[in-house]
Amino acid sequence: MIDTLPIKTSTGRPLRKEEMVINMGPQHPSTHGVLRLEVVLDGEIVVDVIPHMGYLHRCFEKHSEHMTNYQQVIPYADRMDYLASMNNDWGYALAVERLLKIEVPPRVEYIRVIMAELQRIASHLIAVGTYGIDMGAFTPFLWCFRDRERILDLFEMTCGARLLYNYIWVGGLSHDIPPGFVDKAKAFCKYFLPNIKELNDLLTYNTIFVKRTADIGVLPADVAINYACSGPMLRGSGVSFDLRRDDPYGVYDKFEWNVEVGKGEMGTLGDCWDRYIVRVREMEQSVKIIEQALAAIPEGDVQSALPKRIRPDAGEIYVRTETPRGELGFYVISDGSATPYRVKARAPAFVNLSVMSEISRGCMIADLVAIVGSVDIVLGEVDR
Amino acid sequence: MTPQEILDQLRANFGEAILESKLDAPQPWISVAPNRTKDICFFLRDTASLQFDYLMCLSSVDNKDKQLSVVYHVWSTTQKHKIVLKAFCPRDNAHIQSVSSVWGTADWHEREAFDMMGIVFDEHPDLRRILCPDDYPGNPLRKDFKVPEFYQGIKVPY
Repeated sequence: MIDTLPIKTSTGRPLRKEEMVINMGPQHPSTHGVLRLEVVLDGEIVVDVIPHMGYLHRCFEKHSEHMTNYQQVIPYADRMDYLASMNNDWGYALAVERLLKIEVPPRVEYIRVIMAELQRIASHLIAVGTYGIDMGAFTPFLWCFRDRERILDLFEMTCGARLLYNYIWVGGLSHDIPPGFVDKAKAFCKYFLPNIKELNDLLTYNTIFVKRTADIGVLPADVAINYACSGPMLRGSGVSFDLRRDDPYGVYDKFEWNVEVGKGEMGTLGDCWDRYIVRVREMEQSVKIIEQALAAIPEGDVQSALPKRIRPDAGEIYVRTETPRGELGFYVISDGSATPYRVKARAPAFVNLSVMSEISRGCMIADLVAIVGSVDIVLGEVDR
Repeated sequence: MTPQEILDQLRANFGEAILESKLDAPQPWISVAPNRTKDICFFLRDTASLQFDYLMCLSSVDNKDKQLSVVYHVWSTTQKHKIVLKAFCPRDNAHIQSVSSVWGTADWHEREAFDMMGIVFDEHPDLRRILCPDDYPGNPLRKDFKVPEFYQGIKVPY
């Protein structure tokens, strides 16, 4: 009796008779972008998942080599993770600053922290809100977008843009914060904290939501480390690791805050609910950091350290920063000229997505949606 | 552990597979033989005093001396130390041993290096292109790459 079909998956595995292949995406609402999942199914049970990406590939790394100077790469870095542009700018700017061995003024450091943490909240709000939609809850999504709008207003009054800012430059910032920003940001923090509680009541501890996410897509800590997961993905598995604390940059060491980790409260440690709750709790921590930074922001000129010409000595550096999705690394090689010789971006979403097929084998197809959502991918960053 | 101690340990165990090193760089690196990367990485991961369990980044570089190289940035979550490994290979016969059996994350990084730089990773379980289409001509991140005038019968704008 023949039990395999003359059909193969794209990894070359022959299909068994009872299996079928279904394409989820590229245009599928629950893939959060243009991602195609080739799903091998045995009835309702997922046997294998083969992600296909590259639909949004815009040659970030090749473009970087063809700019006329280092500063011009920043708008491209903006467009990698378009939900967390501030964090991307900072990662790249920091890499070049370390190559140049320049220090930025304290005021710049504080503003960068404030912007990065506001951006983290905005990004987590999207992650949390769309995750609610994936699980069939529509209202939290609208609430999250309502709050995110206020953050975008703050960014708009600072630099004029709402999504792609080109704000953090090598050695400084494009604009100082405008008059009234500090008060508005403080008002936002005050307004936002009760909303997290509201969100928890509506979504986090909702029985249906918990049933859909607890014990699903369990990612053990050793697998997470082996696949180099980072950010909420790694912390959800109980590993207390945050680059802001463990490989410090900026002025994060001046503030009091905690690294949130998953504890397996609703089921197994490292399940989808744990990854979700880490994001929710991180928003509270970010508010804490913002409040402290706003209270201590020093005076100064934000453009005093901007280099006139950027020509680092020949050398190379790998700098990693913590974005909402995890470890964003920039490996920059300089050959002494005015353009980077090579820029490699280590995108956290790309790396986090690679563990997905590992954790979704054996789950039901409806749970696959929960797993993809809990990874919190941004395809702009996966494909670069 | 300091980079010097790591280098000494590697030298003692792998001898001539450890080629050169630059420990006074801001991020010290050690270059290794391209056909021994797997054993060396298993050693780095499993030795109790090293425990390099986290591959931060795997990058491919087209160097000025016409060689290709793969750069491994590894880190230990328990020992909190870092080291950079490099493996060089010739342009026309770019073969490097895969480390995807050591760190799962290397799987996709190596596919990306294969796609963008044309480096073949021996013993890789699933070496397919990852970002470019399967029929795309050439490896875009090589320095001598020319954008084709036509792709699939469509004129490429620039």
